Amino acid sequence: MVIAIGFEGSANKIGIGLVQDGKVLSNCRRTYITPPGEGFLPKETAQHHRKVVLTVLKEALEQSGIEIKDIDVVCYTKGPGMGAPLSTVAIVARTVAQLWNKPLLGVNHCIGHIEMGRLITGAKNPTVLYVSGGNTQVIAYARKRYRIFGETIDIAVGNCLDRFARVLKLSNDPSPGYNIEQAAKKGQKYLSLPYCVKGMDVSFSGILSYMEQHTEKLLKEGYTPEDLCYSLQETIFAMLVETTERALAHCGSNEVLIVGGVGCNERLQEMMGTMCKERDAKLFATDERFCIDNGVMIAHAGWEMFKSGTRMRWEDTFITQRFRTDEVETTWRDD
Amino acid sequence: MEGFTLVKQGAEARLFIGDYLGKRAIAKERFEKKYRVRALDTQLTKERIKAECRAIVKCKAAGILTPTLYLADMKRKIIFMEYLEHSMTAKDFVESTGLSDITKDFSIKLGNILARLHSNNIVHGDLTSSNILLVNKNNISAFEVLENFNIALIDFGLASTDASTEDKGVDLYVLERALLSTHEAAEFMFLHILEGYKAYYASIKKMHNYKEVFLKYEDVRARGRKRTMIG
Repeated sequence: MVIAIGFEGSANKIGIGLVQDGKVLSNCRRTYITPPGEGFLPKETAQHHRKVVLTVLKEALEQSGIEIKDIDVVCYTKGPGMGAPLSTVAIVARTVAQLWNKPLLGVNHCIGHIEMGRLITGAKNPTVLYVSGGNTQVIAYARKRYRIFGETIDIAVGNCLDRFARVLKLSNDPSPGYNIEQAAKKGQKYLSLPYCVKGMDVSFSGILSYMEQHTEKLLKEGYTPEDLCYSLQETIFAMLVETTERALAHCGSNEVLIVGGVGCNERLQEMMGTMCKERDAKLFATDERFCIDNGVMIAHAGWEMFKSGTRMRWEDTFITQRFRTDEVETTWRDD
Repeated sequence: MEGFTLVKQGAEARLFIGDYLGKRAIAKERFEKKYRVRALDTQLTKERIKAECRAIVKCKAAGILTPTLYLADMKRKIIFMEYLEHSMTAKDFVESTGLSDITKDFSIKLGNILARLHSNNIVHGDLTSSNILLVNKNNISAFEVLENFNIALIDFGLASTDASTEDKGVDLYVLERALLSTHEAAEFMFLHILEGYKAYYASIKKMHNYKEVFLKYEDVRARGRKRTMIG
């Protein structure tokens, strides 16, 4: 029996959670929400995390009903992400690890998403679409690593959506992506937009520039903000489904798992589901509790590492803004 | 389609094998993708059929082996083309040969072909080891000796025939990434692909073009590595 606590704070969410052998004991989270038209900046985000981290920690411990002495390992997000928020949370994790005299493990954020997705959905060896504010990757497991088959060659899909929400001055509460999704449901007129797929890679910067330049004009021409949200979603999600399908065909796999914040978009899930049905594959997806950044995913991935014997020297428990998914050897997978 | 049997559902299309005017042929049907809106689907399918046909014709003129085009039926969204007998994918080939001299020689030869492609301003757009075929010259299914097979390129749906230097750089980067995720011998292969690529440009005395493409490739690569990844 191994109990792990996980600290996540690589972007505008701070989450702490506990997990015991695949069973979620607690999953607490706060989100730093900025005014409409604004994104979150490192400094303010870190300040937000500093303000709430101890409250969230207390909450997570209380809800789990676990005593500190029973915790086996402390896990935190080592990267990738924004430097200031990452270090804020890492400092807390390092401190409690020393206070409680527990081993400390730095976890790759992307691996956290993948392992959590596998745990919750039961997917065995899926082709993974990881979509969030900072990442867009098509990943599959091979030879002891999560290999990146496709990714964005410029900005992430969530970043593209967030920045378009700013153009329309949509609210950031609960998240810009959620508000685009709701608006898109009311969209009717489809506008043809730049579509950019390069093999298994995608590019979103062209489509974002197009939207930034043309939105004002399009609104005057009779397109509603809802039409634009709808057209943008339909176009960029089609790109994601297409590249995922290409990776699926290339690997000969028959499972798809969607993880990351954008992964809880129901339209994306629906489109992916249709694609899967057309080729007898199975789709796995989770809801906002586990799709969006959280502490449990870090705890669970750390738990996998810990169980398979991974230990970190104190001087290796730093943070790094750039930390690719394929840098981690998956010591816990033997297939 | 009478007389045609389904052999594979790729990402782009369904592939059927049958007879076309007495020749063994592949029929590639880009069926409607229900997940995307109809307008987008129609637009993409049209673009890709055109891109594929154009690239195949241009490849022929440039002396690059591809399946011969028989007919493009825009209404039914089907391309009929030559079925390359006695072939295997580079993916299966490299998985069986690994880090060996034949993989090295194959990679150099492949680099040659890609340089020939790019020097004719064609980019493939989706280079993976599944889209590269080895075709035996003597009508037997044997691939032990490099001299006995040709290399063919297939699946030109994302191709462009008026490619910029940037497109060529991206084309190389896409291939590198696809190899890295698929093959243990990827780094070894790509090194020799670049060697063959450079050698071809040297042989046609266009080293300045090679340098431009290579710089772009390094540029695109750095963009990938330096990109911040938040959230």
